[in-house]
Amino acid sequence: MPSYLLKRLLGMLPTLMIVVLVVFLFVHMMPGDPARLAAGPDANLETVELVRKQLGLDRPLPEQFLTYVLNLAQGNMGVSLRTKLPVTTEISTRFMPTMLLTLTSMAWSVVLGMLVGIMSAVFRNRWPDRAGMTAAVSGISFPNFALGMLLMQIFSVNLGWLPTVGADSWRHYILPSITLGTAVAAVMARFTRSSFIDVIHEDYVRTARAKGASEPSVVGHHALRNALIPVVTMMGLQFGFLLGGSIVVETVFNWPGLGRLLVDAVNMRDYPVIQGLVLLFSLEFILINLIVDVLYGLINPTIRYK
Amino acid sequence: MTAMDTPVFTSSPKRVRTPLNEFWRKFRKQRMAMVASVFIVLLILAAVLAPWIVPYDAEYSFDYDALNTPPSAAHWFGVDALGRDIYSRILMGARISLTAGLLSVLLGAVVGTVFGLLAGYYEGWWDRITMRLSDVLFAFPGMLLAIGIVAIMGSSIVNVVVAVAIFSIPTFARLVRATTLGLKHRTYVEAVSSIGASDFTIIWRHILPGTISPIVVYATMRIGTSILTAASLSFLGMGAQPPMPEWGAMLNEARADMVTAPHIALFPALAIFLTVLAFNLLGDGLRDALDPKVDQLR
Repeated sequence: MPSYLLKRLLGMLPTLMIVVLVVFLFVHMMPGDPARLAAGPDANLETVELVRKQLGLDRPLPEQFLTYVLNLAQGNMGVSLRTKLPVTTEISTRFMPTMLLTLTSMAWSVVLGMLVGIMSAVFRNRWPDRAGMTAAVSGISFPNFALGMLLMQIFSVNLGWLPTVGADSWRHYILPSITLGTAVAAVMARFTRSSFIDVIHEDYVRTARAKGASEPSVVGHHALRNALIPVVTMMGLQFGFLLGGSIVVETVFNWPGLGRLLVDAVNMRDYPVIQGLVLLFSLEFILINLIVDVLYGLINPTIRYK
Repeated sequence: MTAMDTPVFTSSPKRVRTPLNEFWRKFRKQRMAMVASVFIVLLILAAVLAPWIVPYDAEYSFDYDALNTPPSAAHWFGVDALGRDIYSRILMGARISLTAGLLSVLLGAVVGTVFGLLAGYYEGWWDRITMRLSDVLFAFPGMLLAIGIVAIMGSSIVNVVVAVAIFSIPTFARLVRATTLGLKHRTYVEAVSSIGASDFTIIWRHILPGTISPIVVYATMRIGTSILTAASLSFLGMGAQPPMPEWGAMLNEARADMVTAPHIALFPALAIFLTVLAFNLLGDGLRDALDPKVDQLR
C-alpha cells in the first residue's frame, strides 16, 4: 500500500507542474498589458512602468516563473488589486464557509444518492425505480441557481422558516446545501443504479444466491462492494462539480465563500485573486482525486498490485 | 403485446435487419425518449422561426403600462420589470441556448474525436501527450475552467461556447481513444490493413463508424450539461450580456423582483429545465437503444 501511494503521488507531480505553469501564464494570456491591468486604468505611463518593475514583469518569462514558484512555496500569492490585501488573507478568511458547504452537500447527497440508486436497482422497472429515476433525471436537469432561488422564495420569504443569506449558523447551511447537493445526489443515484445492475448479473452474485445467502446479504455484502468501485470514482469527479457549483450557489445565497470571491474577482478583473483561486481549486481537485484513487485501491486490491 | 402480433419466424423476408432499423425498433419502445425528441424538434422549429413568430420585439419593445404584470392574453408569459414580453424573450432565448449547447458540443466532439482516434490508433508518444494534456484539463473543474477562459477572453456568449467546447474535448478524446483501442485489434480491422488500406482509410472508414454510437450518446447528454453551464455563466454575468434574452441572464435580472413578480423567474427557469430534461431523456433513450449490454439486461 505505501508504495502504491508513493507511485500515485509521483504520478501527480507532472500534472501539478503543468497546472502551476498554466496558472502562471494566465496573466500573460489576458489581452492587454498586465502591468497596465495592475496599475489601473487611470494610471499614467510612469506609474505603469513602476508597477511593471515592482511586479517583476520586466524580467524574462522563465525568471518570472521561477519567482512565481518560489513565492508560491512561501505561501505568497501576490496582493489583491481591489482590496490591496494579500491574496492568501483573502482566501483564508473565506475558505471555511466554502469547505463546510461543500462537505455537508457531499455528505447528504452521496448517502441519499446511493440509497436511491440501490433501491432502484433492487426494484428495477418497478415503481421505486421509476420514482427514483424520474427524480434523478429531473435533479440533473434543474439549474441549481433556479433551485436556489425557488427554495429561498418558499422557505425563507414565504414561510419564513430559514434565513435567506449569510453563513452565521447551521440553519444558514440548509438551503445552500440542498441546492448544491441535489445534482450530485441525482448523478450518484443514476450511477449507483447502473453500476449495481451490472454487478447483480455477475456469476458470483448468482453463486451467492445459489448457496442460499439471504437477499440483504447478497445486496449488502456481495454486490455492494463491487458496485462501489465505479461509484467511488464518480464521487471524486462530483467533487469537482461541487467546487464549480459552489460558485453559482454562493452567488445566489450571498455566501461569504471562495466561489463568490471568484465571481467578484472576475468581474473586477482582479487577476492575482483569480490566479490564486484557480490554483487552489485545481489543487483541491487533484488532491481529492488522489484520495479517491487511494480509496479505490482499498476497495479493490487488484488495482493496487498492477 | 407487439411481440405477440409479429412472431419472429413469420417476419416478412423483405425486411432486412440493418443497424438503423434495429436501432429504430429499440428506440421506438422508449416512450420518454420519443416524447423528448418531439419536444426537441418543436423547440428547434420554434427557435428557427422565432424572429417571425414572436408577438413583440424581445429586446426593444417596452410596454410601460404593464411592468411586472403576470401572464395575460396579451402577454402569455407576463411582462418583465422593463416592460418586455417574456414569451417573446423565451422564444428568442431558445435560439441562444440551443446554439450555445449544440455548437459547443459539436466543437468539443469533433476536436476530441480526432485527438482520440489518433491517440488510440497510433499510441506511442502522441497518445501520451494527448492523455497528459487531457489530464491537465481534467485537473480543472469544468465550471472553473470555463470561468478562467471567460476571465481571459472577456464576458460574452461566444467565449462561453468556446469555453464549454474546450472542457468537452478531453472527455470525448478519452471516450474515442478507449473505443479505438478496443476496435483496433478486431479481425475486420486487421483484414483491412492486411489488404493494404492506408491508415487514413482504416481510421475514417472502419474505426470511426464503430465509435459513433458512444459519441452520439455522450454528446446528447453533454448538450444538456452545456446548456446548463452556459446559462450558469450568463446568470453570473459572465456570458450573454443584457439586453440579450438569454435564459440564465433573464433569471439573473429576475432576482430583484422575486418577491413581487415571481413569474419573471418562473418561465426562464422552466425553459432551461425542460430543454435540459429533454436532452437528458433523449440521451438515456439513445444509450438504451444503442448499447448492446443494456439490451441483454432488460
